[in-house]
Amino acid sequence: MAELLKEELLRIEHLRKAYDNTVVLKDISLTVHKGEVIVVIGPSGCGKSTLLRCINGLEPIQGGKITLRGQEIDGNSKDIAQIRQKLGMVFQNYELFPHKTVLQNIMLAPMKVQKRPKDEVEAQAKQLLERVGLLEKKDSYPRQLSGGQKQRVAIVRALCMNPEMMLFDEVTAALDPEMVREVLDTILELAKAGGTMIIVTHEMSFAKAVSDRVLFLDGGEIVEEAVPEKFFSDPQTERAKRFLRTFEYDAVKHHDI
Amino acid sequence: MQALGIDALFRGSNFLRLLGGLGVTLELSLISVIFSILLGIIFGVIMTFKNPVVKVLSRIYLEIVRIMPQMVLLFVVFFGTTRLFGWNLSAEAACVIVFTFWGTAEMGDLVRGAVTAIPKHQYESSYALGMSKAQTYYHIIVPQTLRRLIPLSINLVTRMIKTTSLVMMIGVVEVLKVSQQIIEANRMTSPNGAFGIYAVVFLLYFIACWPISLLAGHLEKKWSN
Ligand SMILES: Nc1ncnc2c1ncn2[C@@H]1O[C@H](COP(=O)(O)OP(=O)(O)OP(=O)(O)O)[C@@H](O)[C@H]1O
Ligand SMILES: [Mg+2]
Repeated sequence: MAELLKEELLRIEHLRKAYDNTVVLKDISLTVHKGEVIVVIGPSGCGKSTLLRCINGLEPIQGGKITLRGQEIDGNSKDIAQIRQKLGMVFQNYELFPHKTVLQNIMLAPMKVQKRPKDEVEAQAKQLLERVGLLEKKDSYPRQLSGGQKQRVAIVRALCMNPEMMLFDEVTAALDPEMVREVLDTILELAKAGGTMIIVTHEMSFAKAVSDRVLFLDGGEIVEEAVPEKFFSDPQTERAKRFLRTFEYDAVKHHDI
Repeated sequence: MQALGIDALFRGSNFLRLLGGLGVTLELSLISVIFSILLGIIFGVIMTFKNPVVKVLSRIYLEIVRIMPQMVLLFVVFFGTTRLFGWNLSAEAACVIVFTFWGTAEMGDLVRGAVTAIPKHQYESSYALGMSKAQTYYHIIVPQTLRRLIPLSINLVTRMIKTTSLVMMIGVVEVLKVSQQIIEANRMTSPNGAFGIYAVVFLLYFIACWPISLLAGHLEKKWSN
């Protein structure tokens, strides 16, 4: 594995992010290599979404530096649109464009931003839809889809830009349990195919299965960083232990068998 | 027919006069609607600015329009200004001014509502795909705003058509005024004229406004997300 992970893609150095006087991200440093899958976990409000939004230049930052292949990410620079094409982002609340069909949603940015020919984009869009099992929905409108289907379309929409890296922000948090699986399977597929990604999730068994590295974020800083096998079975910090315990329940009833 | 008094309608050119009155009504509405929509879009976009002075001023304007009955506004503009400034403002012009003043406020409020109803995530999803600000507005925000706006503004148009009936109070001869004249003139021969003629006026308004309402309903259904 180690040789494959050499090529550096994203580098975050001493990132600081504050809203007015509340510091949300204190001093985050992180390097992501090509093909790596990073899972970010942590309690609600610890800054996971903010981290992804900073990486995509959706939030101004107050300190530090984020670069993608050496190119600085700054929401105000005029190159930002060009950098964002290389970063596919999928949000928690599936924000497809409601006035466009599935196919139009997917094809809009490749055609308007990347100026690619329609035939080529359409062929790729259909092929990606096929891969997530939604080809027959290509002419549906978002309101005609289930939550899980919308999220898979949102993933396809991001993939059709051929990004170098995907950012997933709790993409299953708003879904009914029976739809979580289909979306997570799609992401697992991508990981297996060698995609580079940062995933924010509350699904611990998924995190364990998909990641190369787990980052535990709390209070705006990276408290622990480890390979999943180690992190989930033997967390080193007290805060990580406490966090992982919140996913376990103690039996309150006893049954004689 | 005698009992309903509709016969008065077919005496002389009465029916044609009534249609002419409807024409005046629709013409006044149409001119006011066009001005209101254009100015309302500008006003609505201005209201989405976060400038506090703009906020207070537009608030005051909206409140005036809401509190003042249109009839009072009509009297103020028509009688008030002619007395005060010695203008020779025609009744029709006074109507257009008052209805535009009112319609701009209503339209502006609809535009503001439609623009602010677009969730922040729609902008961000678009930016995240690498779209520029201009592309985001052109492909994502404006089309969605229009879809929300068009049915609502069509309903405003029907309300404006109906409200123009007030203008007879300042002497504009529109459909309601003509109907009153017909009823007056035929009081002896068709004592029940009031019922029949007003029923016809009702029908005329219905014929003018119903298709517009249907269109609004149809668009609303078609574009609802
Ligand atoms: N626009 C904003 N203005 C002010 N504070 C904000 C803003 N957005 C987020 N915050 C604050 O920043 C902190 C981190 O928010 P963030 O959404 O990144 O958390 P999160 O880790 O994604 O939480 P969750 O698991 O609930 O999604 C929170 O305390 C939140 O209140
Ligand atoms: Mg979040």
